[in-house]
This record gives sequence, C-alpha cells and structure tokens, in this order.
Amino acid sequence: MGLGLLASRAMRPLKYSNSRVFIRSIVSKPELQSPEASSAAAATALEPDLPPRSPVGGARVHFPNPEDAIEVFVDGYPLKIPKGFTVLQACEVAGVDIPRFCYHSRLSIAGNCRMCLVEVEKSPKPVASCAMPALPGMKIKTDTPLAKKAREGVMEFLLMNHPLDCPICDQGGECDLQDQSMAFGSDRGRFTEMKRSVVDKNLGPLVKTVMTRSSVPHNFWLNRCVRFATEVAGVQDLGMLGRGSGEEIGTYVEKLMTSELSGNVIDICPVGALTSKPFAFKARNWELKGTETIDVTDAVGSNIRIDSRGPEVMRILPRLNEDINEEWISDKTRFCYDGLKRQRLNDPMIRGVDGRFKAVNWRDALAVVAEVMLQAKPEEIVGIAGRLSDAESMMALKDFLNRMGSNNVWCEGTGAQPNADLRSGYIMNTSISGLEKADCFLLVGTQPRVEAAMVNARIRKTVRANNAKVGYIGPATDLNYDHQHLGTGPKTLLEIAEGRHPFFSAISNAKNPVIIVGAGLFERKDKDAIFSTVEAIAKKGNVIRPDWNGLNVLLLNAAQAAALDLGLVPESSNSIESAKFVYLMGADDVDLEKLPNDAFVVYQGHHGDHGVYRANVILPASAFSEKEGTYENTEGCTQQTLPAVPTVGDARDDWKIIRALSEVAGMRLPYDTIGGIRSRIRTVAPNLLHVDEREPATLGPSLKPEIKSEMDLTPFGSAVENFYMTDSITRASKTMAQCSAMLLKK
Amino acid sequence: MRAVRSTHPANLFLPRVVCGRGTKSVASLLLSLELVENASSSRGQASSRDSSSNPSISSGISIFLHCPELCKHLDSPDNNPDLPWKFSDTNKEKVKEILSHYPSNYKQSAVIPLLDLAQQQHGGWLPVSAMNEVAKIIEVAPIRVYEVATFYSMFNRSKVGKYHLLVCGTTPCMVRGSREIEDALLKHLGVKRNEVTKDGLFSVGEMECMGCCVNAPMITVADYSNGSEGYTYNYYEDVTPKRVIEIVEMLRRGEKLPPGTQNPKRIKSGPEGGNTTLLSEPKPPPCRDLDAC
Repeated sequence: MGLGLLASRAMRPLKYSNSRVFIRSIVSKPELQSPEASSAAAATALEPDLPPRSPVGGARVHFPNPEDAIEVFVDGYPLKIPKGFTVLQACEVAGVDIPRFCYHSRLSIAGNCRMCLVEVEKSPKPVASCAMPALPGMKIKTDTPLAKKAREGVMEFLLMNHPLDCPICDQGGECDLQDQSMAFGSDRGRFTEMKRSVVDKNLGPLVKTVMTRSSVPHNFWLNRCVRFATEVAGVQDLGMLGRGSGEEIGTYVEKLMTSELSGNVIDICPVGALTSKPFAFKARNWELKGTETIDVTDAVGSNIRIDSRGPEVMRILPRLNEDINEEWISDKTRFCYDGLKRQRLNDPMIRGVDGRFKAVNWRDALAVVAEVMLQAKPEEIVGIAGRLSDAESMMALKDFLNRMGSNNVWCEGTGAQPNADLRSGYIMNTSISGLEKADCFLLVGTQPRVEAAMVNARIRKTVRANNAKVGYIGPATDLNYDHQHLGTGPKTLLEIAEGRHPFFSAISNAKNPVIIVGAGLFERKDKDAIFSTVEAIAKKGNVIRPDWNGLNVLLLNAAQAAALDLGLVPESSNSIESAKFVYLMGADDVDLEKLPNDAFVVYQGHHGDHGVYRANVILPASAFSEKEGTYENTEGCTQQTLPAVPTVGDARDDWKIIRALSEVAGMRLPYDTIGGIRSRIRTVAPNLLHVDEREPATLGPSLKPEIKSEMDLTPFGSAVENFYMTDSITRASKTMAQCSAMLLKK
Repeated sequence: MRAVRSTHPANLFLPRVVCGRGTKSVASLLLSLELVENASSSRGQASSRDSSSNPSISSGISIFLHCPELCKHLDSPDNNPDLPWKFSDTNKEKVKEILSHYPSNYKQSAVIPLLDLAQQQHGGWLPVSAMNEVAKIIEVAPIRVYEVATFYSMFNRSKVGKYHLLVCGTTPCMVRGSREIEDALLKHLGVKRNEVTKDGLFSVGEMECMGCCVNAPMITVADYSNGSEGYTYNYYEDVTPKRVIEIVEMLRRGEKLPPGTQNPKRIKSGPEGGNTTLLSEPKPPPCRDLDAC
C-alpha cells in the first residue's frame, strides 16, 4: 500500500472531527463510542455523485460466469463483482486499498492480523475483509470512524512488542508496518511491560532473520512466510512453535531453508523480520534507482527490477508478471548479482608468447583478431554464442560469420544438430501460465526444480490446485510435489509410447495432458528418436488438439530460444575438430577438448570464466544488467533487458564489438544502431521484435519427417548439476558459492 | 497465576528475569547467558566437555534443556534425530486402533493421541525421533508434529522422572497454597522445577487448572514407571506440604495410594465433616402428568 495514499486518507479531514483538537490522544473520541450513530452519520454524508474509481494496482476483474455477478456497495459506490470474491477483493475493485498484513493474494487466507477490518452495514462488529465473502447487496464502509478505530486498536496491539529499531532495520522505508503506522498508529503506546525478544534463527546464507521484529501478540504475520514455504515453495520446514507470548517461527530442529525460492520470503514479510543477508546494511531503499528488466540466468526470463546505486547493482527484486513468474523469482535470480562485480573482464587482452594475457587497446585487439580470421579458411571458422547472449548479438555474429563464408554458428546447449525448423519443437507450447490448466504432467528428462524454478512453482501450483498427476522420467530427484518416478530412461518412454505402461492411460484419460521434455536431451545423440517417441505419445494420448497443445520443451538457457529462432545451427556437427578460428561469444560450457592445438580462440564475454582458459584474445563485453538486449524465454515470449548500471572498464555491447570487428576485417555489417540490427532481425525472426508478447508456434510436429533411428537405452542424465551455479555470472558470485556449499551438501 | 517462564531464552536477555517466585541472581543469569551461546554454537560437544570440567555449568545446561517452553531442539546423546524410535508391538496395535477413529484421508487428526501414546511409551517425554516417527505414521512433515508438541505443555520434550508430579498453579490452587506445596516438593526432592532427581524417579512440573478447584490445592502424578500399559494419571487433592511429601515417599516405596481427596474428613468433593445443607431428600423435578396424555 502506498504510503501517500494511506497518509492522505489518515489526514483527510473527517466531517465529525473537532478541528480544534490538535493533539490526538489514544483515548477514543466520544463519537467513536457508538458505531450506530457514526455509521448513520457516514451514510447521510455520502455524496450521491461519487467519481468512479479505478481498481487498485490495475486489478483485472474476470467474470468466469456472467450470471454469477453480484452487486455490492463500497463506500456507497455500487459495483459488480463475481461471486466468491472476498470483501477485500471487492474493495480493491472499487479502488479502495485496505490495509493488511497477513493477507496475500497468492497465499491461503489466514485472517489473523485483523488489520483489514471494515464496517459492513447490519453487521454487529467490524468484519475482517480478507476472510469474509462478499454477499449480494452488502454495504461495505471502509472509511468510517468505526473501521478507523478498529484498525487503530489493531495497530496498537501490533506495535506492542515490536522493537523500535527502524533506524537500523533494512526494511525501513519499504515496511508495511511503518507505512501503515503512519496512517493508523499512535504517537504513544499504552503497553508498559517488557517487550518480548526472540532468538534469531539461522535459515542459511540468503535470508537474515531478526525474529524479535516479528514478535507480535498472537501468531501474526510471519505466518505469511510459513504459508509461503508450505504452499508455494513446497518445503515444510517452517512452523509456528510454542504458544501464547512464547510463540515463535522456527524449524525446531536445526535446519536451513533448502528451497530455491526462499528469497521470496523477504518480499512477503511485511516487517523487517526476514531480510536479505547479502543486502544487509548495504543501502537504503530510497537511495536506489530501479530499472525494470528481465533475468537471464535461466530460460524463464523472470521479470525483475535491478536496484542500483551509482555503478553498482545493489539488489534484484521480482516484478509482477502473471504469465511468467507471477511475483516470485528464484534465489539464483535474486542473489546472483554479486557475481556481476567479480571476475569481470574490463580490457581487451591478447595472450602473449609466455602464455600471459596483456591488456591492449581495442584497435590492436580487433586488428589481431581480424588478421587471424582472414587467414583461416571459411569452413575452419566457428562461432559459438553463449547461454546469456541476446538476440541482437547472435544476429550480428551469424551475419558476420556468414559474410566470412562460414556457417558454423550455434548457441551452446542446443546440441550438435538442433531442430530449428519447427518452432513448436523447441518452445513451451502450452505457455507457462497455461500449465495451470493441465491435469496430467509427464516430465521427460527434465528436472524443472533446478532447470527452471519458476516453471516448477507453476507445476506445483497446478498439482496443489487440481491434484494433477505428475509422472517423471529421469534420475531420481526431489521435485517438491507428489510425483510418480516412472523410470530413468528411454526404456520407460518406449513403454509409455507403446501403451504398455500404466501412466499412458493417465495421459490419455486426462483432459489437458502436458508433456515437458528437457532441453538437456538436445545433447544426446539419439535426440531425434527420443523426440519422435515423445511425439508418438503425444499423438496417441491426444496431447495436441486444436484448442490445446500440451507438448513442450523446457529450455535451459536464456539465449536458446532466440538462437533457434534466428537459425543459429551448425553446418556440420564436428566443426570444432577441424576449426582453426573459434569465436566464443560468452560461451563457457563448450567442450573444447577436441579443438586442435593451433586453433585461435577469441573469447568475447564479461567474466573470466571457463572460456578464458583457452582464449588467445579476450574482448570484454557488457553483462545483461548493462545493455539493452532482446531475449526470448522458453515459452516464446520476447522481452528486453534495459541497462541498469554502466559497464565496467572498457567493455562494449556484444553486437557493437562484432560490428566493429566486421569493419576491421573488411566485411562491414550494414547496421550501426540497435534499431538497425533489429530491422535485420525483422527479416529473420519478426517475433523477436514483438516485445512482451508471446508468439505461439504455428505449425505442429505433424510436418516432421518420420525418424527411423533407434533410441539409445542409456538413462537420462540431469541437465543442471548445481542449481546455484549455471553460468559465468552465478559462478562468479560469492553468495551462490555459499549456497552451493551449504545447501547442496547432504 | 502461572509463573513467568524462567529459562525461556528470550527472557534471558531481559533485565528482570523472574524465576519461580524469586528473582534469579545475576550470577545465574550470566551463567544462563553463557549457556545460550554454548548451546547454540556447538551443541552436543560443548555440553559434554563442560560437564566434565565444570559441574555447575552442566547442571545449568540441564535446566536449559529441560525448559519446557524452549521452542528449539538441541541435540543431545539421548535426544537426537538419528536415534531409532519405534512404537512397541503392543502399541502398534493401539496406533492402528487410534488411526481407525479417523478417516484415512485425515490421518493427521491422530497427532495428539499418537504423541500421547509415544510419550507414555518413552517414559513420559518425547524425543525428537519419536515425533518424527509420529509424523511418518500420519504422513505429514515433521514440523507439523513439532508445532503440536510445542504448543501443548502436556507434551514433555525433555526427560521427566518416572513419577512426574504436576502442581496446579492456577489461581484457586495458588490461593490455597500451591506455592508452598511446590516448594515443599522441590525442597524434599532437592531439585529445581522440571529437573529430574538423580535416581530418575521424580520430577516436578507445573500445570494449569485441572478443574479440581473445589478440592484445591491439588497435584497430579503421572506414573510412567510401568510404560504405556501401566500408565496412570491420578489427581491428589486437598494436599498439604506435609501430605505431598508422604505421597512422594509412598510412591518411592512403590505403594499404591487412593487418588482423590487427601483430606480424611471429606468424601470426594463434599464438604469437610459431612453435608451442612441440602440434607433432605431432593425433590424430583416438576414433570408433566404423563397419564394425562
């Protein structure tokens, strides 16, 4: 709730108040003593011509069934809402923001903070609006003296045991309690006992606890984090222990929070009881500049806000996007930012004869690269885009290498012979939010919990909401929802395809079955056979219908979808063995073992990571937080990053480096601006220009030629070994290293 | 009135720590503070090391571990998640019987009866492995069982004596002298509250009103000496400081004594020396004439 809104509401002169009384004491005003009189006064004071109000935060009202609409009155303003809405939701539709602590729209309703009390006509007591269903004709009053007095009373109770440590609290400035006490708090309290204090808990390297700040009478707010952990994150570690004033949040046995979504409890905690450990005492939130951008550490493209101070990224917060990440982000997204400050490449460098890198200027570095490149035969030139590359730079790389006569350009992680012809064969056709409609999942060689934590949260939500069945084929893993482990490899897949496996009937009987194939399988030699088997299951199980496409591929990297859209496909599958010139554009996970010793390797990237070990020349590039770039996520939604901070040292944007190199090499690329390169993209993959839109695949797999090859029966492996360290940024991050050390050991 | 929680870790940081009836000395307070650090930094090892070098600290730790309201598990040799714990064969039948009371999709409803059974089987207290076992049986996350076990003060999460004596401390009993009774017990047994005597026979705890206010003050004896089969939970009412010591000695000798009022002049909760009012035969309640129908 906005502080301004609350303050203005609190300061709004009330008709009944005595303007001569300046000191507001805690003693209630006489007119507040009789709710009947005050509500009657408020009723008569209603202006008939209220200006129409817009819903809070642009809330959308969706009527699943138009007949089920009911009419209620909020502060005299009539509005239609669907049946089943709570009073609080009705007020939000009417544009009235109700103060709340325990209520969170994505968690179950607890109804225990009582901050959202409103007056309802003919109700003897104020009602907790978050838990009360709206009934036809209900007359809700949110701004009456009774409601205000009730909330003031609640606020006094809430502040009773709350420590007065706002000046040293990291939540200060963005604290719900602070904001709401501006509106409903008193300047003094009547509580004269000792304040309660609670021993802090160790929840791991990410979440800092100051439990005393949550010490509120009754099991108030921290309940939010317990509900989050149980419902969304799916880890049943936190609980309410003890009773009465001795009650506290805890794990009872010494335990760290082993969830990949644990950072979200920081956001949902309405007080400073749970704050970010890496961000602790680093900055005040009002000093920060927020940049709305997207995350590139996995293929989900979670919407984030990068908070920076000067040239430094201070923290990363989620942004609301109902279709992708709702309002959560994974811990890797949230805490990887310290990797942006370490191990950075800031100057162009050339490896000397002694094997050490020497910093040079751009002109020399580009001249050396162009000279070597022009000497290599066209078929000996190889370009590999990294997993964090944006579409613009991949386009430039492909155009440049094509001009040099080579067609050996690909993106790491897409395998030797990626299928880039049919878009439906590499994107998530159901869309991430579409997974919520599913009632049966078959996960083939994918562990969404580590590959795409937000997709996993979506599947968990579906499993909780519709009791969807989940079958999983791959190495045994913990998916934090109930699933049947059907098998470990292609053998089980074959059994399902032939209808011999009991899970096949689950798929064919399901209304909206979903099959998710992991992109880790792209690296397998028999991937075509696996995909055709999966397609056979889809065909038999009626997974693809005109109104439902349940066949999905879950990609691993942010660059993958755009790379395949742009056609970054290698010409020959063993081009590395014969390469003389390799251009690594941020590619760190390419196997360069087979590369001839005399090959010349250029590494263009932002981190001194794996790729640098073999590089002859290093060209420093900017990271995702420092450039404008287009990314396509696993469901085919195009999004753009925006620069939040200036880049380090002498680094440049990826596509600019390639553009400059092309000029030095005498093969000038015909674009000088990001607009120019985007018009070039328009001719290849126009969907990459439709920002924030999801472009579904038009053609299904039925067009594919039949594949005769046999599946290799080796079991599927896991694509992501360490959730916390998957790319050069996360590998450079200290926080992520702590996480892998503490949370992954078992 | 319920006494202020004396060894709750939260209270250790308060300047005014009330222990039972008296204020805790500063020295003991500092000791406890040190204990918190010891206990939280290096749990099991620290206590064993300290116990050999400094007996006073080890006794302090035992108070800390025995604090009934501590919402945290501290690993110790006899209470850690690695110890195996199973219901005995006879109790397995009882578990089945208890579970049959609830629908199969609401197994978690059995959490309290099962914890109670586990406590009886385990000599009056619940080690963390017993709670884990209960969680396994009712198919919930262990934390959900810990929540219940920490909520109810009747579940002991640290060792108690074979005879766990619970002194009612609620107002009517307090007015009638329950504090003197507790003092007498503690002095006689030479222990502190929630501490077990050296022979492991007795421990003294406090509890809330058991509804025997007409016979106040009262104590309850939870008898865990014979496992869950011979488990009894008896009230001894109208006790005096002298009488409770007699009760303790009788229990020590293994004698059986009738529960109920300890005042020979009273019959159950009737007045001392017989009735003084309502002496006549009570009149039947007015009833309509059934023959008139």
